[in-house]
Amino acid sequence: MSSENLIEINDLNFSYSTRAILKGIHMTMPRGKVIAIMGGSGSGKTTLLRLISGEVKPSSGHVKFSGNIVHELSRDQLFKLRRKMGMLFQFGALFTDLSVFDNVAFQMREHTNLTESMIRDLVLMKLNAVGLRGAHHLMPNELSGGMARRVALARSIALDPMLIMYDEPFTGLDPISLSVIGNLIRRLTDTLGMTSIIVSHDVQKSLEIVDYVYFIADGVIAAEGTPADVLASTAPFVHQFIHGEEDGPVPFHYPAHSYRQDLDLGEVGV
Amino acid sequence: MSKYLVSAIQNIGHRVIEGIWRLGVGTRFFLLVLLKSGTSLRRFNLVIRELYFTGVLSLIIIVVSGLFVGMVLGLQGYETLQKYGSESAVGTLVALSLVRELGPVVAALLFASRAGSAITAEIGLMKATEQLAAMGLMAVDPVARVVAPRFWSGVISMPLLAAIFSVMGVFGGYLVTVVFIGVDQGTYWSQMQSAVDFHFDILNGFIKSCFFGVAITAIAVFEGYDAPPTAEGVSRATTRTVVTSSLVILGLDFILTAFMFRGVS
Repeated sequence: MSSENLIEINDLNFSYSTRAILKGIHMTMPRGKVIAIMGGSGSGKTTLLRLISGEVKPSSGHVKFSGNIVHELSRDQLFKLRRKMGMLFQFGALFTDLSVFDNVAFQMREHTNLTESMIRDLVLMKLNAVGLRGAHHLMPNELSGGMARRVALARSIALDPMLIMYDEPFTGLDPISLSVIGNLIRRLTDTLGMTSIIVSHDVQKSLEIVDYVYFIADGVIAAEGTPADVLASTAPFVHQFIHGEEDGPVPFHYPAHSYRQDLDLGEVGV
Repeated sequence: MSKYLVSAIQNIGHRVIEGIWRLGVGTRFFLLVLLKSGTSLRRFNLVIRELYFTGVLSLIIIVVSGLFVGMVLGLQGYETLQKYGSESAVGTLVALSLVRELGPVVAALLFASRAGSAITAEIGLMKATEQLAAMGLMAVDPVARVVAPRFWSGVISMPLLAAIFSVMGVFGGYLVTVVFIGVDQGTYWSQMQSAVDFHFDILNGFIKSCFFGVAITAIAVFEGYDAPPTAEGVSRATTRTVVTSSLVILGLDFILTAFMFRGVS
């Protein structure tokens, strides 16, 4: 494995019972880069994040994280590895019974022997990085959607991870919050030297901040490249996805019987 | 006709198999909680925090219910006993009814409705809002950090609440029979003192409430952890906690009573 790559995914297959979700995926994710994974709903993007974090095991193939094959690790080894990962969930997933401060301090208290005064300083630094130092005393139900995601971001960088995974970080945000979150992802990745993986539908914002893009459709990588490559691409899927067109390789209709048959109109010519 | 019959039998079979399967999964989960209780017992402040929510916040319903149950027992007991000229035994009736049966059982039913349902809803919502998944990805085991402290808080608070229920009931009986009706105070207490045995009555009642505490919180944490992560899923899980706990309490009560009080006069 190249030391430049934090993650290498080789011939990864994953199925839910008999339904294949991912089919023979190959990816490399270099250190210090922001990588986007895009694709329609249900294309297996979030499943890919769950495979990287070891939440689920592949049917075949493997994910290598920092030289370790994730699904071969024991539970203790996996938990040790996860301390090097952060994850930002779609709606933050903040612990609702803990204040903003305690949410960010959570991992420090669980995994380190730092004194409370050191934890206090570190938490305030992390919150300052996302612009919410002044909100440390608030409870999660007192935060707006954008603020909650910024707190979740501060929490996910609490132990300075090597990797952060963002699951739909832009969903449901107003344009200002969206821009703030997007710029924070880029800035934190560059400042802390970590690797970021963004799963998103927001083409505009994602292409602004990422270094490389993978498009997944029907469980395979349909296209990949830098944002400039992707924007210039004439591949039908990429074109349809980027421009949000109704017609193209991704059908508008879910597979069904013929319309006439469903409406009991009989077949044409009968 | 036979088609409906086959379908009905299939339905019953499916439900029985599902019930047995859930019982197996629930038992495994219970053992997992016990296995991962080390963190809770080492960091006891996690349990103390939950004790406030399950125990202290249940106090008001336990105190008020205990008082009224004792008052009703006193009133009904006096009315019946005076027909036979045995109204002096009303203290014994109130105390034995409470410490042997009503204290543990009614307190457990109230605890299941108040704290059991809250535990299920909280864990279920934590699951639905991905808080448990987030915890797992932070390399913190949700069973050890979230489930086990809630389980032990329920196990500890249930016997204490049952004891408080019984005390309030005895006091309620005293209020009605001694203060309002005028039964002799000395008779009320002395009859009670001579008839209630610490070992057979109080200790057995305490043991019963410990069993109920384990059963209720084990059901509550399992239902919450197993709830489908949707509003409907959490709602159904909460209902199941109250219904299953109530049935288990009554069933367990019969079994425990049969073992504890058989042949005791």
